[in-house]
Amino acid sequence: MIIEFGHYALVLAFALTLVQSIIPFWGGITGNERLMAVASPVSVMLFILVLISFIVLTMAYLSSDFSVLNVVQNSHSAKPFLYKFTGVWGNHEGSMLLWVLILVFFGALVGFFGGNLPADLRALTLAVQGWVTAGFILFLLATSNPFQRVVNPPLEGADLNPILQDIGLAIHPPLLYVGYVGFSITFSFAVAALILGRTDAAWARWVRPWTLLAWCFLTLGIAMGSYWAYYELGWGGWWFWDPVENASFMPWLAGTALLHSAIVMEKREALKVWTILLAIFTFSLSLLGTFLVRSGVLTSVHAFATDPARGVFILGLLCIFIGGSLALYAWRAPMLKQGGLFAPISREGGLVLNNLFLTAACAAVFVGTLYPLVLDAITGETISVGAPFFNLTFGPLMIPLLMAVPFGPILSWKRGDLLAACQRLYVALGIALAMTLFTFWLWGMEKVLAPLGVGLGVWVMAGAVSEILTRVKLFEIGLKRGISRLWGLPGSAWGTAVAHFGVGVTVLGIVTASAFQEEHIQTMRPGDSVELSGYQVTFDGAAPRRGPNYTEEVGHFTIRKGGVVVSELDPSKRVYTARQMPTTEAGIYTTGFSQVYLSLGESRGDGAVDVRVYFKPMITLIWIGCVIMSIGAVFSMADRRLRVGAPKPSRKRTAAAAPAPAE
Amino acid sequence: MWKTFFSAFVLSICLMVPSVHAVTPDEVLDDPVLEQRARALSAELRCMVCQNQSIDDSDAPLAKDLRVLVRERLVAGDSDKQVIDYLVSRYGEFVLLKPRLAWHTILLWAAGPISLVAGMIAIVVTLRGRPKRLQAEAGSAQTKLSAEEERRLKALLEKTD
Repeated sequence: MIIEFGHYALVLAFALTLVQSIIPFWGGITGNERLMAVASPVSVMLFILVLISFIVLTMAYLSSDFSVLNVVQNSHSAKPFLYKFTGVWGNHEGSMLLWVLILVFFGALVGFFGGNLPADLRALTLAVQGWVTAGFILFLLATSNPFQRVVNPPLEGADLNPILQDIGLAIHPPLLYVGYVGFSITFSFAVAALILGRTDAAWARWVRPWTLLAWCFLTLGIAMGSYWAYYELGWGGWWFWDPVENASFMPWLAGTALLHSAIVMEKREALKVWTILLAIFTFSLSLLGTFLVRSGVLTSVHAFATDPARGVFILGLLCIFIGGSLALYAWRAPMLKQGGLFAPISREGGLVLNNLFLTAACAAVFVGTLYPLVLDAITGETISVGAPFFNLTFGPLMIPLLMAVPFGPILSWKRGDLLAACQRLYVALGIALAMTLFTFWLWGMEKVLAPLGVGLGVWVMAGAVSEILTRVKLFEIGLKRGISRLWGLPGSAWGTAVAHFGVGVTVLGIVTASAFQEEHIQTMRPGDSVELSGYQVTFDGAAPRRGPNYTEEVGHFTIRKGGVVVSELDPSKRVYTARQMPTTEAGIYTTGFSQVYLSLGESRGDGAVDVRVYFKPMITLIWIGCVIMSIGAVFSMADRRLRVGAPKPSRKRTAAAAPAPAE
Repeated sequence: MWKTFFSAFVLSICLMVPSVHAVTPDEVLDDPVLEQRARALSAELRCMVCQNQSIDDSDAPLAKDLRVLVRERLVAGDSDKQVIDYLVSRYGEFVLLKPRLAWHTILLWAAGPISLVAGMIAIVVTLRGRPKRLQAEAGSAQTKLSAEEERRLKALLEKTD
C-alpha cells in the first residue's frame, strides 16, 4: 500500500509539473501577476511530492520489500544497512528518481528564495524548470517506474552490484547529480531571458551564484568518483577517459567556461549572448551525459537498438530541450543588446581566452566520446577512442590555458597592461623556475619533461598567491595593515585565488604521481619484502575471511620505514556470494601527500600471491586540489554581492534591482 | 625536434593512466628495454571484451593472451609498428585505443584544433566588428531625429534668433 502511495505521489507530481509548465508561462507572457504567482507555491509542492515518493522507495529498500521489482533486482536482505540505503540510487530507476528529486529541489529553491527577482523572470524560469521536470517524470513513469510490483515476490533479491557496495556510492552520485542538475537553473534562467528578450542586472546577478553552486558540487562529485575508482578498481589509475567519466567531465568544462564568462557579463555587461549560449550548452551536456549513461548506447550501438524504449525517450527529450533552446536562441539572441567594449589585452580578454580553450577542449572530448558511436552507426566500422587519444588532444589545449591562468586576475578591466602584469608575476615565475630546476637536480635528465610539468603546476599556484599579495600590497604597507586588508578583500577575489591555487595543486599532483610513480609487480611468499621509495613492504601471509554478504582473501602486509613499523595494510580480494562477482579492495597507506598502494592478484598456491605494490608520490594532491577549487567556489558564493539564497531584505530592493547598480 | 618534444611533454604530463597494473609477474620479460616497450604498447591496445580498458589494465584472460602475444612478437624482433600492424590485421582497428589518422578519423583528430581556430576567428571578427556596430547603433539613434523633433528643433532655433 505504501508503495502505491509513493507511486501516486509521483503521478500527482507529474500533473503539477503540467500546471507549473503552463500557468506561470502564460502569466509571464501576458504579464498577468496572479498567474505568475502560481509558480512559487507549486514548485515547493512539487518538491514535497517527489520527496514523498523518494522516501517511499527508500523505505522499500530498507525493509527489503521484495514485492517491488526494483528492490528485487538490486537488493539483498543480508546487505549492510548503509548499502540498503545508498542502493536506492545504485540502479537506473532509483538514480533517475534522485535526479528528478534534485531537479525539483532546485526549482523549489528558486520559488522559495526568488523573491527579489522580477516577477516575470521568476515565473518563466520556473515554467522552463517545469518543462524539464515534466519530461523526466514522464520518463520515469513511462519507461523506468521504480514502483513496479512483482506478482510472485521472491524470498531473496539479486543484490547490488558489488562494485557499488562502497561508501563512495553514498557520496558520489548525489554530489554529481547536484552538479549536473544544478545547471538546469542556469539553463532555465537563460531560456527565460530569451523568451523575455531582455537580460537585466538582476538576471546577471542570479546566474553566477547558481553556476558556482552547481560547479562546486560537480567538481567534488567528479573528484570523489575519481578517488573511488582509484581505490576500488584496484588498477591504481584515477582517470580513465571512460565515456561515463567524459559524460560528467564535459558539463564541468562547459560549466567552468560559463562561470568565467558570467563574471564578464555581471561586471561589464559584455558577452551576454555568449553566456546564454554557454548556459544552454552546459545543461545540454548534462542531459547528454544522462542520455549516454542511461540509454545503454555506450556499451554498444546495437544494445541500444535492441532495447530502445528508454534510450529513444531520453533522446527525444534531448532533441526537444536542446533543439528547442537552440532554436529559441537563434531567434531571440540577436535582439539582446550587446554591452561593454574591451581591448584584447584586458581582464575580459583573459576570460575570453579561458572560454576559447575550455570550449575547444570540451569539443575535443565531445567528439572523442561520440565519434565511435556515430562512425559505427553510419559506416559500421568500429574504432576505439581511449586514454592515449585524449591525452594527445586534450593535453595540448590545457597547457597554454594553464600558462595563462596567473595573468587573468591581474590584468585590469577594459584595457590591461601585459608588461605590468609580468612585472607583478616575476616572483611567481622565479619560484616556478626554481622548482623546475630543483626537480631536474633531484631526478637528473632521466625524465626530462616531468620537471616542466612540476614548474607549470607551481606557476599556477604561485601566481594565485602573488595575486592576493599584490592586491593588498602586503610588502608596501606593512604586515599588520596588509593582513587587515586581506580580511577586507571581497569574497570573489579570494574565490578566484583559492580556486586557481587548487588548479595548480591538481596539476602538480597529476604530474608527480604519473611521472615519479614507483611500481613492483611480483609473486610474494609469506615473509618476502619489497623495497620502494624508502619503504619496506613485508608480506606476512593471507587468510580467508567472511563478510556479511561476501567471502574474501585478506593479505596482511607490514610497512616499515628505516626498520620502524609505520603501518599495517590488509588489501583483499572479495567474492560477493549473491552475484559470484569478484572485486579487489586496495590497501592504502597515506604518508604526507603520497601513498603506498597495495593490490592483491592471483593466488599461486602454498601461500604465495601476486602483489602489485606502488608508491604514488603526491597523488592525493589531485583530489585535494579539487577540494580547494570547490572551496574557492564557496568563497565566491559568500561574496556580499551575490549571497546565494539570502533572504529578501526589503521591498525597496526589488524595485531598485531593475536599473543596473554602478559597479 | 620541437614537435616530438612537445608531444612527448604533453604525453608525460597528461598521462592519466600512469602505467601497468594487471601484468602478472610471470609475464614480465627479462630484458628491461623490451619490457618497457611491451608496456608502452599494451597501454595503447584495447582489451576487446572489456569496457574501455587497455590490455595493460585488464585482468581479463583475453588481455593476458594479448600481453603475452605482444611480448612474443617483441622477443621475435618485431618493431613497435610491426606489432601494432600485426594486431590490427588480426583484430581490426578496434584494438587501437588511439585510432590511426585516416580519412575516416580525420574529423575526430581535427575536432580540437578546428574548434580552437574557429573560436579564434569568431573572436577576432566579433572584436573587430563591435566598435563599428556600436558606433553605428549609437549614431543611428542620435543623429536621426524624427519629423516631430526636427520641427521642434526648428522652432527652438527660430525662437532664439
